[in-house]
This record gives sequence, structure tokens and C-alpha cells, in this order.
Amino acid sequence: MSRESLKPFIAVGAALVAVLVGLLVQMDMTMSIVLALLVGARLFFADNPKAVKIVSVGLIVWAIALPLFHVEAGGFIDDAVLALAYAVMALGLNIIVGFAGLLDLGYVAFFAIGALAAGWFMSGFFFDANVHVFVSGVASELPGIHLNFLLVLVIAVVLCTAAGMVIGLPTLRLRGDYIAIVTLAFGEIAGRLVLNGDEITVGGQKLTNGRQGITPIDKIDLPFTAPFESLNLRPWFWLALAMLLLVLFVNYRLRDSRLGRAWIALREDEVAAASMGVPLVKTKLLAYGTGAAFGGMSGAFLASLSNTVNADQFQFSFSIFILAMVILGGLGSIEGVVVGAIALTYINFRLIPDVLNDVPSKVGLDFDLSELSFGIFGFLLVIMMVMRPEGLIPERRRKLELAEGIGAGETASAGGSVETVYEARG
Amino acid sequence: MEAGNHAPPAVKAPSAAGASVKQFFGKYGLIILLLVLPVAYGAQDISQDGNLSRLGNNLVAGLSNGAIWALVAIGYTLVYGIVELINFAHGDVFMIGSLSAAGLFGTVGLTAATGPFGLVVGLLLTLILCMLASGALNVMIERVAYRPLRTAPKLAPLITAVGFSFILQNVGILWIGGSPEGITDLIQAQKQFVEIGGVSITHADVLAVGVTLPLVLLLTFFINKSRIGKAMRATAQDPEAARLMGINVDTTISMTFLIGGLMAGAGGLMYALYQTTIWFFQGFQAGLIAFTAAVMGGIGNLQGAVLGGFIIGIIQQISDNRIGGEWTPAIVFAYLVLIMVLKPQGLLGEETREAG
Repeated sequence: MSRESLKPFIAVGAALVAVLVGLLVQMDMTMSIVLALLVGARLFFADNPKAVKIVSVGLIVWAIALPLFHVEAGGFIDDAVLALAYAVMALGLNIIVGFAGLLDLGYVAFFAIGALAAGWFMSGFFFDANVHVFVSGVASELPGIHLNFLLVLVIAVVLCTAAGMVIGLPTLRLRGDYIAIVTLAFGEIAGRLVLNGDEITVGGQKLTNGRQGITPIDKIDLPFTAPFESLNLRPWFWLALAMLLLVLFVNYRLRDSRLGRAWIALREDEVAAASMGVPLVKTKLLAYGTGAAFGGMSGAFLASLSNTVNADQFQFSFSIFILAMVILGGLGSIEGVVVGAIALTYINFRLIPDVLNDVPSKVGLDFDLSELSFGIFGFLLVIMMVMRPEGLIPERRRKLELAEGIGAGETASAGGSVETVYEARG
Repeated sequence: MEAGNHAPPAVKAPSAAGASVKQFFGKYGLIILLLVLPVAYGAQDISQDGNLSRLGNNLVAGLSNGAIWALVAIGYTLVYGIVELINFAHGDVFMIGSLSAAGLFGTVGLTAATGPFGLVVGLLLTLILCMLASGALNVMIERVAYRPLRTAPKLAPLITAVGFSFILQNVGILWIGGSPEGITDLIQAQKQFVEIGGVSITHADVLAVGVTLPLVLLLTFFINKSRIGKAMRATAQDPEAARLMGINVDTTISMTFLIGGLMAGAGGLMYALYQTTIWFFQGFQAGLIAFTAAVMGGIGNLQGAVLGGFIIGIIQQISDNRIGGEWTPAIVFAYLVLIMVLKPQGLLGEETREAG
């Protein structure tokens, strides 16, 4: 059967899956059905750009309406807000790993920096200072530096972009796995700095609060609205959605831009790209910088949402958590990465701790499933890479690249002999 | 840029003074960097205590600690030399080695009361079993996670390696639980064996060096003289040509993983005896430290890995003792980044596939 004649079946199947997933995540029934119709329509009219555009607008409207159909806090919306924030991070990592092909295993550093920006400038951490800029409510009377969230967002983006470029610098001469290790080392150093930051004092001021963490963080306070509350997550959801839409827009525009094409050229063949006049240094640093900026945005948002900068969060496993989202969805595939982020957030924060956690004890095994969540992610990474390296929703170009490598067959199955790669250039 | 690797260094654009400074740092930067810590603290010791015994103790403890890292680093360097892959799960294979050692002590019947003869026999038995367990595990990982992806883009096997690292950590959690577990101090690890000029050498130091050196010598002999060793070197140089010469490349790669795993198993046993605490996360740290060691020595180079292991052990010990254990990982990683910047080919490096 041709692909064309299969289309209605694929669309109906996906719609059914969407309903099932909706039920599983305790989404409102009406909203699940609307989602299913949208997904079905998206797949059915995949070749019609106009229809795709209409469906996309429909999806956005659906997402905006989503919180109104659920309780204000607890249950579905908790996961939904997290999912959106992680999707922003995953899209950032997607630029570095998916577009430019630079495996970054230290993405947690940008989460840490973004969160620290919120910790420094939206709390009583600098208790001697007394700075308030565009804040209202409780925050305007407390000591410390209290800036408006939008300003903090800008600071986080600037700090992370700078940090991204600094991290990128030593990796410019390196390739492949060496980049992975150097970024990993930076991620670990960043985590250690936050964790032991109470031992570092600059002019009598500690860098962080160490293990105690910085808490409380101001609630987000946008212009023309009341400060957000922790008992009503709807505004948080809408803000996260706005951030995601912004990042999505930037992602699409970047991918189709001159820079985006340069990234893809770099990913496919660095030497060829360089000889075609792609400026390697600039292109790589911009990939690190842009990717880092999104991580910082999301980090600042998450710090305010969780009301704390907890130093124990900033571990290698977090980088892998985000990387798994990108891999699951499909490297370089923007839609895929969003789906991957939502899926893994749900798996990590709802499915494993709440739904499946009593399964081991039911079958007579004595362990806590939530301890094993990262083993499950590891398993997912291996399975995805061996069975479907292009991800759930593959990007067309990436799929071709991967197929080229894997399908090369027996003639050249010995380690990397097809293409000589110079790992460390001196 | 790419050509830098093939061409002799002299070809690099010689642009006056800047270039010569750069050349100087390229050549000696890493060595200067390595000497900073010991020299600085040595000077501090002399001015404060009047002797170097504290630094000496650091060095001895560092060397024995480094012996363990050396064993783990060998696994990285061999595997990298042959398939150009960072076996991310290697640290966790080492961890499984430690865990199986701790489990086997009980099975073999070793307790703190076992006499010296029983101890030696029992430990040798445990050593062999641990090595086999880790070796088999490493071969299995290669079979499942790396072989299907051998021609895939570089990213793919690296990601499965990270995935396997997490899987093994969780095996560790299932095995002994999430927190560090103390085990019987069989060899009275911290008891002084002999003291030389204010520097005390403990049982653990003797054990670590006493196991590592023979193993490394044996391995060097094996790789240089045996048929399989020759096949390994040939495959490392050019897999395609090796295949044409009738070498079974798949088997040779499996052998390499086996040897790497054996060494990691030995390291795991020694770590368990040395530290008398084991936990599931030890492999992650150890893996990164050992990788740093392998890179420092020049990845793909056996002697380099051992040298790097000893150096990193010393750095780590000095940092633990003087700066504070909580900073040690950050310091080791900072060294890793600096090596990458100053001399990515390492101390004894340049033996890449292209150069060989």
C-alpha cells in the first residue's frame, strides 16, 4: 500500500493514541477529544501547508484554553507547567545537539545559571541591598534585590549566553566525544560551584547558600497583573506557554535562516562546511549561546515556580534528562522535541512516582521504582539509539543522515573507517 | 585547521612572538600546570613545618589511589584506541566490579579474622572472579550497545554509552540500595605497613601498587607479544587493512572490551578494599577521573594511561587533603578542561590512528 492510501489510517490511529494519552494524564475528556481531532487533522493534511497552519493555530488556541478545563493547582496542571518549562530547555539543547551536532552533556550548567539569576535578583539573598525595580506585593517590602521577572529573564539570558560561549571556547578545536566530555566537565564544575558556593565569598558576600539553597524566591510579577500565586497555576501555565511559543518561533526561524543552514552543514561535515566558507568559530559559539539562553530562561522560570534554588538539582542526571527528551523526540526535530519533553516530564513526574510505583511491590519485588527512573531513561536512550535513532517524530534530513550511516552495511562495519574523524586537533 | 594533525608542528603559521609563546605553552603548558599544586604546597610545607613529610604522604597516598585510576584508565584508552569511542559506561563497570567484590568476600568466606594465607588465596580468587564478571559485562555492553552502531554517526554510540551508564547505576541501586555501604576492612587498609622518613605507607598502598604493577606489566607484554595483542594493534591502526589481512575485527574489538573490563574489575576490587565503602555512584566519579587520566597521558596510549592515573591520583589526594574533598571533582574537571585547551593529545600522545 502506498503511503498516500495509508494516511487516513495513520491519522485515525494517532487520534486514538491522543485520546488514550489524554485519559492517561487525566486530561479533561473534551480537551482530549479536541486534541485528538487536531492531531488527526495535522497528519491527514500534512501535505497542505495552509491546513497545517490552521491546525497549528487551532493547537495554540487549544493550549491556551487547556488550564480553564482543569483545577487551578494539583493534578494535571502541575505536570503541564513543568512540561512546558522543560520543553523550552529541550528546544535550547536541540539547537546545540540537534541542529549543530555538538553533543552537550553539561546543559545543566545553564539551568543552574538561570536559576541563580532568579535566586540572586528575585529574593532576599543579598540581604544588605535594598533594590526594588517594578515589583509589587510582598516582594516590594522585603530586603534584598527584587527585580521584575522580565528583567531577570533578560539577565538570565545574557548570563547564559556568555556562559555558553565560554563553555564553547575550549571545545572549538575538539570534536565529537571530546566536546561531550568537556561540556560534561563544565556542567559538573557549575554544579559544584553552586553546591559549595557558600565557601566562596566575594567582598563578604557568599556566592550561593550552598546546600541550604536560596529560598524563598519572589513569585513572578508581570506588568499589569497581580503577582502569581502558588495555589493558582493557570498564570504560570500561560506564561510558560508564551515562553514556549516564543522559543518555538525562534527555533523555526533560526532553522530556516542562514545560521540554521550553517549549523546543519557543520553537523553533516565540518570540513566541508569550513571549506564552503562557514565561519566555524562564530557558528559554533552562536549555537552554544542560543541554546544556553533558552536553558537560562527556563531555569529562572523554574526557580520562581519551585520557590527555591536547590543546589542538589544541578547534577549530571538532569543534563541526561533533557538530552533524553531531545533524543526521544528526534534530534533536530522541533515538534518531536516538544513531544519528547512533554512525554518524559509526564513519565518522570507522574507515571513513575504515582502510577507505576506500587507495581514492583505487587509482583513481590522490594524496591522503589522512583529510584530507578534514570535507569529507565538510560534504557530508553539505548533502545532509541539502536532501534530508532531518528526519534519518534524524525526530522527528514536527520533521518537520511542516520540511515546513511547505519545502512552502510557490512562492507565498512569496522570502527569509523568510512569517514576518518580527527578527534583532537593539535 | 584540519591539517594541523597531519602536518609537523613547524608548518603552523609562525607569526612572530605570539606564535613562539603559543608554542612554548603547547609544549610545556601541561607540565607547568601539573607541577603547580605539588610545588606550591611543597614550598608551603617547608616554610611551615620545615620538612616535606606532609607532601610525601600526599604523594604516596596519591600514587596508590592513582594505581586504581590507572587500571580504570587502561580500559578507556584501549577502547578509544581501537574504536575511537569513549566508553562512558566503563566507570560503572568498575563500580559493578566493586559491588561484586563486596558480595564475593562473603561467599568466599573472607572475614576480618581470616589469617594471612587464607586472605591471600581468598583475595586472589575474588580478584579473578571480579575481573571475569566485569570483563564479561563490558563485552556484553559492546555487543548490545556499540556494535550495532559502529558505522552510525559518532553521537549514537556515545548516547547509548551514557544510557548504559545509567542502567548500570540502577543495577547498583537495586543491588545495595541508594546509600553508600560500608564493608569489612579485610586488610586493615589504613594500618601502617612501614614508615620511611616521616612518610607512612599503609597496607592499602602496598596492595594497590602490588596488584597494579604486575597487571600492567602483564598487559604490556600481552599487547606487545601475543597474537591477539598484535591483532589489536593492527585494528587500532587501520581496521579496514586489518580485516583484509584476515584479522577478525569483531573478535578483536570484543577482546579489547574484555581486557578493559578485566582491568576495571581489578580496580573495583582494590577500591572496595582500599576505601571500605562502596556505592552505586562511585563509578560515575571514578569514570570521569580515569578518563581525565587517560586523556592526560594521551588517549590510546597504554603507558600514558598509567602515568595519567598516577598524576591524577596525586592531584586528587593533594586537593582532598589541602583544599577540601568537596572541591576535588571540580578541580579534576578543571584540569580536564585545561588539558583539552593546552594539549589535547596528552603527555605521551600523538599516537592517533592517523599518526600510527
